[in-house]
Amino acid sequence: MLDIINVQKTFNPGTVNEKKALNGINLHLDDGDFVTVIGGNGAGKSTMLNMIAGVYPVDCGSIIVDGVDVTKLPEHKRAKYLGRVFQDPMTGTAADMQIEENLALAARRGQRRTLRSGITAKERKEYQELLKILDLGLENRLTAKVGLLSGGQRQALTLLMATLKKPKLLLLDEHTAALDPKTAKKVLDITEEIVAKDSLMTIMITHNMADAIRVGNRLIMMHEGRIVVDVKGEEKKKLTIEQLLQLFEASSGSQFTSDKVMLSK
Amino acid sequence: MEILQQLLSALPGSVSQGLIWGIMAIGVYVTYRILDVADLTVDGSFATGGAVAVVLILDGWNLWLAMLVAFVAGLIAGAITGLLHTLMGIPPILAGILTQLSLYSINLKIMGKANQSINVNKTELLVSLRWVKEFAFHNPIITVGIVLLLLIGVLYWFFGTEMGCSIRATGINQNMSRAQGINTSFNQVLGIMLSNGLVAFSGAFLAQYQGFADIKMGQGAIVIGLAAVIIGEALFGKIFKNFALRLLAVALGSIIYYIVIQAVITLGFDANLLKLLSATIVAVFLAIPYWKRQYAAKHVRRSKGGEKNA
Ligand SMILES: Nc1ncnc2c1ncn2[C@@H]1O[C@H](COP(=O)(O)OP(=O)(O)OP(=O)(O)O)[C@@H](O)[C@H]1O
Ligand SMILES: [Mg+2]
Repeated sequence: MLDIINVQKTFNPGTVNEKKALNGINLHLDDGDFVTVIGGNGAGKSTMLNMIAGVYPVDCGSIIVDGVDVTKLPEHKRAKYLGRVFQDPMTGTAADMQIEENLALAARRGQRRTLRSGITAKERKEYQELLKILDLGLENRLTAKVGLLSGGQRQALTLLMATLKKPKLLLLDEHTAALDPKTAKKVLDITEEIVAKDSLMTIMITHNMADAIRVGNRLIMMHEGRIVVDVKGEEKKKLTIEQLLQLFEASSGSQFTSDKVMLSK
Repeated sequence: MEILQQLLSALPGSVSQGLIWGIMAIGVYVTYRILDVADLTVDGSFATGGAVAVVLILDGWNLWLAMLVAFVAGLIAGAITGLLHTLMGIPPILAGILTQLSLYSINLKIMGKANQSINVNKTELLVSLRWVKEFAFHNPIITVGIVLLLLIGVLYWFFGTEMGCSIRATGINQNMSRAQGINTSFNQVLGIMLSNGLVAFSGAFLAQYQGFADIKMGQGAIVIGLAAVIIGEALFGKIFKNFALRLLAVALGSIIYYIVIQAVITLGFDANLLKLLSATIVAVFLAIPYWKRQYAAKHVRRSKGGEKNA
């Protein structure tokens, strides 16, 4: 379960650069919910995920993951509950470490790092099996530096790392946006597979309307730091892009604009 | 011919010094390469290590115990810099300079004066430059060489542990590290501590080797450490991929540095200009990767032909 209760965030308060990024966010997710998030530039989507992850402190409100109030926990402590994949493929992995070392780091998320070996022989076998599932040829390159991988391979690896230790909540911030269409589709397929396998509670920001509608069981749209559209279940399954835009205009009172969002396929 | 003879006769001393400074350079490697932080504490903590060791040995302490305390003193110095950075938000370079300056006073207090000599004829020592040509176990090349190899072994083990891996990750990508639950601030402090521990340990060796601890013995140490790291990487980077070998390369870099310096002096170079020479060499080597990137970037732009902003 996830509860976001009246979370607000203003960047650079009291300066000329003051920016109200989140304007009272309320959101409740049940276990197994897979929410897609869509919205224009600067709507506050990334900020919402960053607040959940603890990248910046909230101004007010609280965030409760699986019954634990994490609002005041630092980022590295919240990581125990969260799996994260970022837009930039460089962000999610340590380029100068091997594939297996990256996975081993992720396997210890939420645990104390002791003086035991950083990676065991048993783990290596497990990782090889896991990488096979990705079908990207990484299973034979366990000791290759991650920096040598393509963007798509890195995102798939990051996804694996984010879910290696089953998270309470998976946060995906436009994690296919930097990839070419074919690779993006592949990574999205892998995402759906992994999420379905462990029925992970997931929030996925995307700029692809069709994906947002097709994937997951719930869709929210954000505008000026607020959630303005929230569609779930059967209603979401039947949703079309035109309807979605109408819903958006009706509740936000403005036209949907974004330089990234693909209004068609 | 005479010059060659002079060089050869100076070789054992250069190698000894290179080995001792090699430990220091490995400390620099921990911050500069692994943590990706340029830490200037080392100029102070090197002298702290020497001062602590000399004072304790004169006080009759067990030699290895004195070395251990010097190491711990370095850990503490590193902890201060680490906390100045992580707790008080001071940029690492400035944090290091602040600690380094404070250590000047502290080192004076430890020794009670600016220079404390220790005579190998009156006091038992681990290493001394008097023994560099002796064919015996207490020859500094052997003593320091063994300690250096042990240290490389321990560091190789440590950076393979869960904790060590998480420190490496912290140096490479802090965002990723935090997302994987790693306390990056703690790890930075830990890494800077370890680095300065090694540096102080090296200072403790050097003070015994030269027969005195001096308030200025660490002056410019960071440049020597960086020079060793850079020389090691330039000469052995292509063949030494394994982590332990890379540390060994740093030590070898340090030895080569001292041999070259000795050669330059023997050939009649003005010793007063040595530091200028070292700094220049380091500056040039630091610039090379940057120039390479610039050159590569230009090349890419050209070959794309007019397609800028793409
Ligand atoms: N660290 C920060 N400091 C200052 N302002 C910020 C910061 N992060 C975000 N903002 C501002 O907050 C607003 C919301 O940004 P956010 O990144 O959440 O938007 P977004 O919905 O993810 O947009 P996009 O689709 O462009 O990624 C923007 O106006 C942005 O400039
Ligand atoms: Mg964003």
